[in-house]
Amino acid sequence: MAVLGRKSPIPWLKPAVLTGSLVPIAAILERAWRDDLGPDPIAQALNQLGLIALVFLIAALGCTPLKAMFGWTWPMRIRRMLGLLAFFYALLHVITYTVLDQGLDWHAIVDDIVKRKFIFFGFSTFVLLIPLAATSTNAALRRLGYVRWKQLHRLAYLAPALAVLHFIWRVKLDVREPVAYGLVLAALLSVRLVDYLHDRKAMLMRQI
Amino acid sequence: MSRIGNIPSTSEITPETVYLRRREFIKSSLLFAATSSGVGSTLLWLMRGLRAKDQEKGADTVTPDDQSGLTVAQHFDYASGEKNTSYNAVTNYNNFYEFGTDKSDPAANAGSLRPHPWQLTIEGEVARPQIFDIDQLIKSFPLEERVYRMRCVEAWSMVIPWVGFPLRDLLTRVEPTSRAKYVAFKSLLDPKQMPGQRTDLLQWPYVEGLRIDEALHPLTIMAVGLYGKRLPNQDGAPIRLVVPWKYGFKGIKSIVNIRLTEEQPPTSWNIAAPDEYGFYANVNPAVDHPRWSQATERRIGEYHRRPTLPFNGYADQVAGLYAGMDLRRFF
Repeated sequence: MAVLGRKSPIPWLKPAVLTGSLVPIAAILERAWRDDLGPDPIAQALNQLGLIALVFLIAALGCTPLKAMFGWTWPMRIRRMLGLLAFFYALLHVITYTVLDQGLDWHAIVDDIVKRKFIFFGFSTFVLLIPLAATSTNAALRRLGYVRWKQLHRLAYLAPALAVLHFIWRVKLDVREPVAYGLVLAALLSVRLVDYLHDRKAMLMRQI
Repeated sequence: MSRIGNIPSTSEITPETVYLRRREFIKSSLLFAATSSGVGSTLLWLMRGLRAKDQEKGADTVTPDDQSGLTVAQHFDYASGEKNTSYNAVTNYNNFYEFGTDKSDPAANAGSLRPHPWQLTIEGEVARPQIFDIDQLIKSFPLEERVYRMRCVEAWSMVIPWVGFPLRDLLTRVEPTSRAKYVAFKSLLDPKQMPGQRTDLLQWPYVEGLRIDEALHPLTIMAVGLYGKRLPNQDGAPIRLVVPWKYGFKGIKSIVNIRLTEEQPPTSWNIAAPDEYGFYANVNPAVDHPRWSQATERRIGEYHRRPTLPFNGYADQVAGLYAGMDLRRFF
């Protein structure tokens, strides 16, 4: 870990990842500007924003397993940023749905959330991300205390799982793509689980 | 004086820290460029998903070999003067799983379909079963332009100027027997021409069906063209069904066989997901798809959603076919 007050040994990492992470929104805006998002541009933008949000949710969850498996520490430096990028794209996805797709027809939106499990799961994912984004600062961590902060941020395991279900149920028939994301997620979660069980065993051994 | 001579004065020597910082700066810049473009291109690649090609408007669009116009005897507007959806959208936004599951796939992949020569067999409960050649068939009936609304079960819609002839004219010619209660349609089965048939997402060949009174309804047509030209491959060349009051998936494409039957025939989407897609599949804003609402639709090319009309706006003509039926049960 970086010693307090010393400069990060990889100063380029965060700006580089951030720059690359803004490519999707830049591409979507550029295509929208050129009227090149296909015959149903709203659906296209909606789907792509949602997909990128899911990618970042999974990427943020992948940081700890990467550290556990390969001993890399650099993923931990960008984990918070990846989580915030997930929230950013999820927010754009939700805005596209409520404003552009549904035209702020709140009756239809509430109806969708209550009646359709795929929208309910997508909406739940977004709601879970709000407290995580809101408590992402160092100040919030200090205010909550590490233990409670960590408990709250366990929601980061649940959010991508709900997002994958949201994706699977949205698809008409061809679930290959959402299932692929589900498998990646399952692999990452099982690394975490093995890690957790290992830690617990070590702790129990110490107690004996 | 030093023997080596020409030693730069100490003030000209780059301090080691600066020298290292410069190297560090160049190294960091390169790593920044590599990382940001790596992240960016990975994300763009993931955005493409399973699509055959990235969206390039109009690129690689399959156009029919025969670009000559079809001779159209009469024009009928059954879309209340609503604006036609652009030819570009009608030919680049298709659900035709034989060529891939993304709506841009058929335009990219349907070049492998050979719609000419083509034979259509009509058999089953008919007095005069026949095999028609597509050219002969097109010449046998006066072609009409029919502008219809097309409502997809996915809650989007188009207005399409089809060219074709009423299915009833074709059926009359083969003389259905009194036992003919249903009409079963079958698409081409050929994984070489239809690469999507190498997956088992749907059972192949694609099959569809109508009740005989639906098939004989004057609004039900066999389409052989759109926008005055022969059907592009991705729209179901050389001949397809169009039933404007039903969801688009009933409009089976690239038909090779029509069989009149006594029993209700199986239909592809109903086999794949029986609780989501029924045999009737009449456009009905009051009966939602289990996973999404059917109350509204987006007309391709428009910004705001519009309310979906019962029977896609053709209730006056067709509601009588379903008098006394529970349309929630027979969805």
